[in-house]
Order: sequence, then structure tokens, then C-alpha cells
Amino acid sequence: MSFTLAAGESLAVVGESGSGKTQLARALLGLPPGGARVSGHLASGGRDLLSLSEDEWRGVRGGQIGLVFQEPASAFDPVRTIGAQIVEAIRLHRPVSRSEARAIAISALRDAAFPDPEGALEEYAHRLSGGLRQRAFLALTLAPGPKVLLADEPTVSLDATVAAQVLELLDQTRAARGLGVLLITHDLGIVAEHCDRVLVLYAGRVVEEAATADLFRAPCHPYTRGLLASVPRIRSEGRREGERYEAIPGALADLSARPTGACAFAPRCPERFEPCDRSEPELYRTASGRARCFLYQGAPAQVRP
Amino acid sequence: MSAERAREPPDEPLLSAIGLQKRYAVRRGLFGSATASLAALRGVDFEIAGGQTLGLVGESGSGKTTVGRIVARLTEPDSGSIRFGGQDWLALSGRELRRRRRDLQVVFQDPQTSLNPRMRAADQIGEPLRVQGLARGRALRERVRELLADVGLPPEAGARFPRELSGGQRQRVAIARALATGPRLVVCDEPVSALDVSIAAQIVNLLLDLRERAGLSYLFISHDLAVVSRIADRIAILYLGRIVEEGPAHQLTALPLHPYSAALVAAAPDPDPSGGRLRIPLGGEPPSAAEPPPGCPFHPRCPIARPQCGQERPELLEVAPGRRVACFFPGEMP
Repeated sequence: MSFTLAAGESLAVVGESGSGKTQLARALLGLPPGGARVSGHLASGGRDLLSLSEDEWRGVRGGQIGLVFQEPASAFDPVRTIGAQIVEAIRLHRPVSRSEARAIAISALRDAAFPDPEGALEEYAHRLSGGLRQRAFLALTLAPGPKVLLADEPTVSLDATVAAQVLELLDQTRAARGLGVLLITHDLGIVAEHCDRVLVLYAGRVVEEAATADLFRAPCHPYTRGLLASVPRIRSEGRREGERYEAIPGALADLSARPTGACAFAPRCPERFEPCDRSEPELYRTASGRARCFLYQGAPAQVRP
Repeated sequence: MSAERAREPPDEPLLSAIGLQKRYAVRRGLFGSATASLAALRGVDFEIAGGQTLGLVGESGSGKTTVGRIVARLTEPDSGSIRFGGQDWLALSGRELRRRRRDLQVVFQDPQTSLNPRMRAADQIGEPLRVQGLARGRALRERVRELLADVGLPPEAGARFPRELSGGQRQRVAIARALATGPRLVVCDEPVSALDVSIAAQIVNLLLDLRERAGLSYLFISHDLAVVSRIADRIAILYLGRIVEEGPAHQLTALPLHPYSAALVAAAPDPDPSGGRLRIPLGGEPPSAAEPPPGCPFHPRCPIARPQCGQERPELLEVAPGRRVACFFPGEMP
């Protein structure tokens, strides 16, 4: 898997369960799951990260690369105030005094749209609503001034109206600070509205990469097309009798049971043809990006309907 | 279905709920010494016609799960009444209730927890039939095979334990189990929320198939208006224990009249970047059901609130044929 993330860019990593998106997040934080090994090349701000020692990683994690995930409650120590924890995070990564750190914490909470940032310093995480807790988590993560933010399903546990507020806030911060955001999500609606570029993952590999507008206008990989078609949209016409929604047949096979030497999506693919069962496709160029599908082999400029 | 079943009079809906109220005691303080009460439902009325689907939409704390549990007789309301199939549904108890449960079944969000991990799929699907004494022996096995086919599972799946099935397959088993007794109404509480989108679409299609084949009605409960709009004939929007808007699904999503419904329509992510959609930002945080604001419960977050809204609570009134809304200024969106 290869990709780059520019300053101020928002890159989406989209995948369903078993696609490997969580493993990717762990690898990027130098925390590969037990027994796994990360190989290849990983760098941020010109620094090679794969050669770092565990001690050096601790400086990068939370410092250069920030993380927000789904459940903000587990990011905070329940018996310490939010302020104490943000101040601690800042001083861990920046050589500032306690009072300077406090001032930075207040401005981080203000940036996170807390109406009373000084009061919020004295709050405990469990006393906040889900939306405020996620915004406090964002303040905690952004206060040390990371260059890259890894956001793993940051709004999955929030109500739709509250999730919209948190994503809006993330967009503003990205624009204001030139923060690179890697947004890991299963929700294509969020991708459409908040990301510049998309990587679609299936069975542990990138199967398509494109700019967001291109991906939604003309998805190339049959999996991407099926996924887009199966996203529920609000429909405002009356339903016709017998009408059904697009769905991808079957289910993602267990990663460990995946057939080798064939396309991993072939068993569910409506466009499967001879080469799909004989060998694994590479990422081929498409009109607007890359797709891991034999339909695009040797047809760089082909535009699919 | 069987002749012994009660039938509602021809002009009566399959189910009608009137004035459902429910409070829960909540513990306060370090050791839960002080108690307060939280009103989950503050007077909820709705009807479901035979063969129709009512979608019940609300965010966390709206009371939508409590409605489902009351309809399924898993929780008793503090007050209110429900008529189902021509009978006073809440008055049934003991043997009579057990016998009638076959008409009303439930599918929950997470089949991982609603299915018994130690029972094979076929045994779970057949269990309601055995318990109700509706089938045994060969007839039971035959019926289970039919049910597996009805929900799109191969016969071999019957021999599997839940952990040996995928999430979508487990939800199919849960649906087959709910259908085993030939119910007239199935309460579906967030039935696809735990599933990947490509699988969720399969399950919604299956529910549509089953409804057409068996003439089922659903009470389809979800936080996701987009999913609900795919299956519901009518939609009711719950906010802090009250219905704030109710009407035909396509009218409500095309032209929501309550500002909260309008915000939900706007907040549903739209996977079409060219869509150029209106955003309706809501101020503030969703209030707690334990301390609802005075006046209209939505007014602290409402983009069109006026002084009146903080003082009086608007009633749910019919503003157009078949459309009810609880707002002093229906349809006046920014």
C-alpha cells in the first residue's frame, strides 16, 4: 500500500469491516497489531519513521502525528480534569511552562468551539455530552500542534446533527493550520463532503485511488461502484412496488482465507472475467486515478461508463 | 393465516398506540442515593396500517427504543394504550400474551447478542415454533428449511453456530427466527446499523421482499433517516420523547415541516459531491431527557426559534392531510 498526504490535504481511507483500515492506522502510529510486521517506507516531514526506536516513536505519536478515534471517553482519564490532561499532552511534546501550556490549552478548546474554554479546563470527560467530549478529544489531540491527524471513524458514535458539527470543525482546523488529515471511515457520505482524495480498501489492499470528485462521478473499480450504489440516500419520491436497492452480493471473505493468485473481489464481482481467477491484478492507471482491476490493464485512458 | 386469529374491524389499523408515557428512575450522586426520573416518552401516538411500514427516527435519547420495547411488550408503559389486531394489546397477560406473541416479533440491532451463541442456527429459528407448539419433528425441520430459504440462506447454514456466520448471515438468522411464527407485525430496532453498507442494502432488500411476500407490517426504528426512507411508507420523527413530525415518507423527506426534521434531512451525508445541498447548522448540544427545556423542547437548538417557543409547547397538529407537526412555524425554514 502506497500513498502520500500533503499539508492541508484531507485523504480518506474507505473500507468496510475486514478491509484492513484499522491495521493501517496502527501501522502509521508505529503500533502494528501483535505479531504483525510493517515493511516498506514510512516518512513524515522528511523523517523516516520505520527506523525509529520505541522511545522516538513516543515523541512522534501525539506530537507530529495526532490521533482521534471513535470513542472519546476512552481517551481521557475519568478522574482527572480535561485541562490537566491537555496541559500534560502539550508539555510532553513542547518545551513550555505550565502556564504557557494552560494558555495553549484554552486556545485549543476555544478553537474546538467550547463556549467557555476556561470553565471546560475544570470539567471531567464523563460530564460532557458525546459531541462535546469528541470536541475535547480534538482539542487534546491538536493542542501539541501535530502536522498530521489520523482520524479513525471520529464521528461513528455521534448523532448525525452533532457529527456534522465535529466534521465542520475538523475542516476549519485543517484549513487554518495546514494540517494533513487522514480520515478513516466506512461512510462515503462523509468522504464526499469532507475529503479531497480517496483510497478505497478491500481485503487489505488499495483497490482504487482517485480525487473525490472523480471517484464519485466515475468510480472505476467494480467494488467502488457497488459500494457507492449501496449507500442509502434520502429518497423523496414514493417507492414503486418491487423496487430494490443495489447491493453487493456475498460478504468479504476472511483475510486469512483469501484465495491467493486471484483477485480478492472476484467472488462478489459482477464484471468478473477470465484473468480474475488466474492472477492478482495490480494498480492500473485509469482516466482519473488508479484501480486494482484487470478491466484497466493496458488501457490507461479508458473511461468506463 | 390461522382462522383462530383475532381480526381487527375492517376500518381499524393493525396497531394504534395512544398517549404512551414512560419514565425511568435514574440514580444520582456517588452511591446512587438520590434518585431522579427521566421521561423517556412524554405522550406518543401513532398508527400502523396492515401491510404498511412506519419508520421511527430519532437520535440517542429520543425514546425510539423505548417505543419498540413497549410495542413488543418487553417494557410496560406508565400510561397509554395500544390496540393490536383488534385487541387491547397491553391488557393481555400470561398464557394469552404468550399465544399472541406469535403475531408480533422483534429483530434487534446486534444478532451477535440476540442469538444464543451455543445454539445452531436451525435450532434458534425453530425454537419459537417448538415453544408455541406450532410444529415438531419432521414438519418443524421442513419449516426451518423453508425459513432459511426465505431469508436467502443455504440449507447448510442451519448447522452453523452464530460465530461461524458473518454479520449479515446472523441478521438473516434473526429475521428467519422472527418470521417463524408467521407474525403480522415485526418490530425492527436498528436492524442494519451494525452492518457494512453493502450488506445493509442486502438486508433492507430482504425485508422489502418479505413484506411483499407475507404482507408483513414493520415498525422500523433507526437513527438513520436515509435507511428509513428506503423502506417506510410513513415516518415519525421523535425528539426528547415526543413525535415532532409524522407523515408520508416521501413528503416528509422532500418537504420537512419541522425544523428538526429539516436539519436531519440536511445532516444525512450525501454521497454526491455535486449535490450542492443546504446545510442547516444546529446550535448547541442535544439537551438531556432528564432536564428538558421549557416550551418547545427543540427551541434551544432551533434556527427559527422566536420568543413564544421558549414559553409554550406546540402540540402535534394536522397541518395538511396526513401530515402532523409540532411547531408554531411549520415549514418556515431559513
